Amino acid sequence: MIGYVLRRLAGAIPTIFIIVTIAFFMIRLAPGGPFDLERPLDPLIMENINRAYNLDQPLWRQYLLYLGNLAQGDLGPSFTRRDFSVVDLFRTGLPVSIQLGSMALCIALVFGTLLGALAALRQNSWIDYVVVGTATLGITIPTFVIAPVLSLVFGVMMGWLPAGGWGGGQLRYLILPVATLALPQIAIIARLTRGATIEALRSNHVRTARAYGLPAYVVVGVHTLRAAILPVVSYLGPTAAALLTGSVVVETIFGIPGIGRYFVQGALGRDYTLVMGTVVVIAVFVVLFNLVVDILYALLDPRVRYD
Amino acid sequence: MARDPILKVRGLDVSFRTNDGPVHAVKGIDLDVFAGEAVAIVGESGSGKSQTTMALMGLLASNGEARGSALYRDQELLGLSERQLNKVRGKKITMIFQEPMTSLDPLYKIGRQLCEPLVHHGALSWRKSRARAIELLELVGIPDPKRRIDAYPHELSGGQRQRVMIAMALANDPDILIADEPTTALDVTIQQQILELLASLQKRLGMAIVFITHDLNIVRRFADRVYVMRLGEVVEHGEAGTLFADPRHDYTKMLLAAEPTGTKLPPAPDAPVLLEGRDVEVVFGTGGGGWFSGAPHQLRAVDGISIALRRGQTIGIVGESGSGKSTLGRALLRLLPGEGTIRFEGQDISKADRRHMLPFRRELQLVFQDPFGSLSPRMTVGQVITEGLLVHEPSLSTKARDARASEALKEVGLDPAMRNRYPHEFSGGQRQRIAIARAIILKPKIVVLDEPTSALDRSVQKQIVELLRDLQKEHDLSYLFISHDLSVVRAMADYVVVMKQGRIVEEGATEAIFEAPREAYTRALMAAAVNDTRFR
Repeated sequence: MIGYVLRRLAGAIPTIFIIVTIAFFMIRLAPGGPFDLERPLDPLIMENINRAYNLDQPLWRQYLLYLGNLAQGDLGPSFTRRDFSVVDLFRTGLPVSIQLGSMALCIALVFGTLLGALAALRQNSWIDYVVVGTATLGITIPTFVIAPVLSLVFGVMMGWLPAGGWGGGQLRYLILPVATLALPQIAIIARLTRGATIEALRSNHVRTARAYGLPAYVVVGVHTLRAAILPVVSYLGPTAAALLTGSVVVETIFGIPGIGRYFVQGALGRDYTLVMGTVVVIAVFVVLFNLVVDILYALLDPRVRYD
Repeated sequence: MARDPILKVRGLDVSFRTNDGPVHAVKGIDLDVFAGEAVAIVGESGSGKSQTTMALMGLLASNGEARGSALYRDQELLGLSERQLNKVRGKKITMIFQEPMTSLDPLYKIGRQLCEPLVHHGALSWRKSRARAIELLELVGIPDPKRRIDAYPHELSGGQRQRVMIAMALANDPDILIADEPTTALDVTIQQQILELLASLQKRLGMAIVFITHDLNIVRRFADRVYVMRLGEVVEHGEAGTLFADPRHDYTKMLLAAEPTGTKLPPAPDAPVLLEGRDVEVVFGTGGGGWFSGAPHQLRAVDGISIALRRGQTIGIVGESGSGKSTLGRALLRLLPGEGTIRFEGQDISKADRRHMLPFRRELQLVFQDPFGSLSPRMTVGQVITEGLLVHEPSLSTKARDARASEALKEVGLDPAMRNRYPHEFSGGQRQRIAIARAIILKPKIVVLDEPTSALDRSVQKQIVELLRDLQKEHDLSYLFISHDLSVVRAMADYVVVMKQGRIVEEGATEAIFEAPREAYTRALMAAAVNDTRFR
């Protein structure tokens, strides 16, 4: 197993290299540059700036320079946030995004699987209809609607919770953004779990368990739910990566200093290094969580073995 | 029999609510099981034989409902609460299923699954039940049970999994073991072993066994009494011997007569060889060969086989699944890449490319096992069977094609008016007729029949066998008949090739092989498919 993990990690390096390469040239293809203002700068100043940031070099050399720095863990200076390096920005922003995302992930997992399993076990009852109906609603309503509505209702009208802000990570400030992130995930996971549970309940080995007079808690708890959780585990890889690297919408609406905003802001401002940094962080998270999921999967399903 | 039955079913009715109204699967049947006897419930698919026992075990699908009475030792089983029912099922009445591959939970070791009924019926602790589970595995003939108890189901073969199911069924010393088509999904030689195991266990442990089966061979060999079911009703029941010797009901007579009979005469000695394969080899890579996964694994599916098919001849290719018989059939038609020389009417076609193979394709046709999967569901029957004509006779007018379609359908015994319908509107037997029509419409010389009757009920099998025979006579066809079903092969083929692990272990004229098999493997295959005629 350790050998497998090491092989996968080694295999991740070329993957990330390819992602970095494509992203590097794609962002450069976009017209404009980080220092283009409405009123053009004096050519001499422009030249100085370009020289300072190595933008006067040919593109291939800039690319090699970037790779060299990346190998040393240096993501370069931010072009739009003067005096900050990209690593500085992530050092303060990433913990915030991870805190929000992991709370949302845990809540989504617990509630999603519980509701989904409950709906499946009471299939075609009112519980099932309520869960499925709410889940469909949860999937269809986008976060940019949920977020302001929650903020308006609980922050402004009721005044129970802060309508926005970070407050140094106090729980009161976390509740609304975490709820916004978690709700659609609860919906998706509930639907996944429900479908998988229904399928597992119909499977031949569950029929065997019932035919052998095993009590309901064994039939469901032992022989149904473990099989039903497998698709949820697969879904978790990319989802965890997405949640932990922050959400533009939630961070913007609630004014949270995470890294989710950087991707869009960086892209709009042609902040090449910031965009590249975000790409690298997201790629690393995706690779890592897919690995975690594969390991979890092997632990849950003995038919899957890596060696 | 003066004794009281231990299971007494009266007026059992099973119905399912569907969108098209209720469907009656079982219509008020009576059934008795006495202690220690072997009862067979026989019938074709859809006769309600499985639903009968599912109802007793409380395992009907959620839209199913059972009415009537089913007394187990004076306790009414129908309408019992789940909790009360759980005191009976898995303990006093146990069951093994048709699908050994999926009846065990893939996520748990077999030991745990064997222990569960022991523990949850309150007999033993987990620790003690493990010792008992090892005993049980030994009893059902699993080698090295102390080690195998920690195996996962996917690490066992189908036969072994069915043995584990049997061990589970025996765990609590049941009164009644219900075996729902216990061998249908297994290879013939394994079928034999499982049946013998069940029979010997029954003798030793003295429980009653209820066989649910469509296979009359099982009934003949193992059942004391027989119930014949059709369309949800018991049409006839009685002692097995009497019933086979003197069937009263037409349906029973039909079932008994449905065993394919007759023999195929060999072709004239001077009949030319049409298709010849020499040293045919097919090798599959089965993984490996990557950077990290070591040397490539290779499977020699067909390992140096020579075969010659003459005009009007039928060669039966028999062997267990995995013996390479289907692969050989496809390799001879050049549908799979392989080594060796293949000649059709004297011309070497083994190196012919797609374009050069085209004129030969119409002469070499193939009919598949699965009549449900091999017809495109989005094409009408007429389109399905005339598709080949578009390629091989492109000059044909639409009207002429249509006429050919009607002719072909008539030949396979279907109403030509059906050509505008879609495949899903037809039964399994009718679909197989359509597949045969698709092959013969091109007027081929050779048809490879890959298990063409295996997915069909016995009575339908017989009709298809007769159809194939008639077509052969009519058009002087040569068949390569691939099957694991020896009774069908015996009726169809004049020459038999027995395959094992990609090689021919024995070959010869059909009667010679069946009367005096030389190889142990052939004898095992035969024993497994005994066509015992004692009761005829």
